Amino acid sequence: MNREDDSVAWPLLTRREALIGAGLGVGTAMFHLHLEPAAAQPSAGPSVRFDDQVGVSFTTNGRELDAVVDPRTSLLDHLREAQGLFGTKKGCDHGQCGACTVHLDGERVAACLTPVVQCAGRTVETVESLERDGELHVMQQAFIDHDALQCGYCTPGQIMAAIACVREGHAGSRDEIREYMSGNLCRCGAYENIVSAIEAARSKMEA
Amino acid sequence: MQPFSYMRAGTVDDALAALSQDARILAGGTTLYDLMKLGVEAPQRVVDIARLPLRDIRLEDNVLVLGAGVRMSAAAEHPDVGSSAPALSEALWRAASQQLRNMAALGGNLLQRTRCSYFRHGAPYACNKREPGSGCAAQDGLSRHHALLGGSEHCIAAYPGDFAVALAAFDAEVEITGPSGARLMPLVDLHREPGSEPQRDTNLRPTELITAIRVPLVRAARASTYHKIRDRESYAFALVSAAVGLEVEGSIVVDARVALGGVATRPWRSREAEQVLIGRSFSEGRAREAGIAAFSSARPTGHNAFKIELGARAVTDALMIASTRS
Ligand SMILES: Cc1cc2nc3c(=O)[nH]c(=O)nc-3n(C[C@H](O)[C@H](O)[C@H](O)COP(=O)(O)OP(=O)(O)OC[C@H]3O[C@@H](n4cnc5c(N)ncnc54)[C@H](O)[C@@H]3O)c2cc1C
Ligand code: SF4
Ligand code: FES
Ligand code: FES
Repeated sequence: MNREDDSVAWPLLTRREALIGAGLGVGTAMFHLHLEPAAAQPSAGPSVRFDDQVGVSFTTNGRELDAVVDPRTSLLDHLREAQGLFGTKKGCDHGQCGACTVHLDGERVAACLTPVVQCAGRTVETVESLERDGELHVMQQAFIDHDALQCGYCTPGQIMAAIACVREGHAGSRDEIREYMSGNLCRCGAYENIVSAIEAARSKMEA
Repeated sequence: MQPFSYMRAGTVDDALAALSQDARILAGGTTLYDLMKLGVEAPQRVVDIARLPLRDIRLEDNVLVLGAGVRMSAAAEHPDVGSSAPALSEALWRAASQQLRNMAALGGNLLQRTRCSYFRHGAPYACNKREPGSGCAAQDGLSRHHALLGGSEHCIAAYPGDFAVALAAFDAEVEITGPSGARLMPLVDLHREPGSEPQRDTNLRPTELITAIRVPLVRAARASTYHKIRDRESYAFALVSAAVGLEVEGSIVVDARVALGGVATRPWRSREAEQVLIGRSFSEGRAREAGIAAFSSARPTGHNAFKIELGARAVTDALMIASTRS
């Protein structure tokens, strides 16, 4: 349920391919690479260096990758277009709907408003990371058991937000769940069942 | 989005050296990157300050010092913030969503830009803030979310933020660093009323960086609340909000703080409301009187006049909540 289309056999990208993939569609004339962190340069006084293409290394779902990106690229577009991870959805692209929720260093963020350059050296987890050895995460199972979706478009974002909500300790009551899940909109209106799923998964996650 | 070149600053000095007229600071990006996607902002250069070591929260004597890089969620849940100034904590957790609060920094939060839909949309709508001299579509347009206080014929865009409103109530100051050194600015002087230059939101220079926010912890800050009225219970900007604090001795109010959000062009301190309260005995009737005084100079548009009564009630209710904490 967490893959948009399992028939797309997206190749596992090597570091080099990821690098090329990330550079696709970039037609900027000025192209200077800057893969070393600025701090590595011996420097006296302030160090100022602007780049039109930026090297970033970070980890997605346990896989390290190096990429060269146009700094306009959002983490959301990078996940979907350069990494082939389609689980994370684009709803509004403006931070308003929560469909693109992922974990960055363990905290939930909106991938659409996160420039991918800000992920350098950090750890990204998407909905694809949840299933382990064919077994769904308890939150995924709870969404199925409680019928917490209709069309399913908001679901990956709901699930990533819900897991973070429980880990933060913000799932103490139905009211608290509503408050701390309010950043995730569901056009199908599955809210009641989403709250029930989170309540149920919370007990299991805390057990 | 217009292409730009990017620099990640490792130190405050690097950031200052990199700043110039055509460069913008990037913190959490939830305002800047959003507006760049809309074409409202189109900087040539972006200086990313998210890695600067500005993430401390500390108490200095009786002043709460919040680093400009502290995330909204971290400040909202910090025990010193909640206990010494509940209005600040409430203004933060009642804003945006947990995802956005994990991303956004306090410095960026203060400088968020208006949510006026004409400003965000641009052409064919006229907007003096976006395109100086083009006019203001809101004056005769949809103005339910626009300001009743502090507007001009050139712009009536409401300041949308919550946290700065709470800071305005408690005489907070911002620490600013620039090419000519550091300075302190009262928070109430940071934001500008539109006047004839709506394109200038603040009195900050493009080469300056906010490094911290300082909040004197007066007794009224301990007995404070941030009361936010919205179209829905959560995850919406304020229709009207009131940040209030009270210090009561016996039954006499010795200090009162009232600031308004959602209804003014900048974080709005209401001395009118405070004057009604200070030196007199506290009662619900007096709280109501203060609420009415807060809107005495309001100039409503065709769509937002309901906020005069809604706002008076919000101030009244906020004062009643604060009185139970003093
Ligand atoms: C869907 C949505 C809902 C929201 N709801 C609310 C709400 O209910 N209440 C509320 O208060 N806010 C709300 N917000 C606004 C949000 O709180 C702000 O966007 C956020 O706080 C900005 O912080 P940032 O770190 O992301 O800033 P950025 O976007 O990185 O920066 C904002 C501005 O400040 C400048 N800047 C940043 N840091 C500094 C610094 N240290 N010194 C000088 N200049 C600096 C930048 O150049 C830019 O102009 C909402 C936003 C969204 C997208
Ligand atoms: S109110 Fe201000 S921001 Fe909105 S359209 Fe008028 S000038 Fe532009
Ligand atoms: S797509 Fe990111 S919040 Fe809507
Ligand atoms: S299940 Fe359809 S949007 Fe939530």
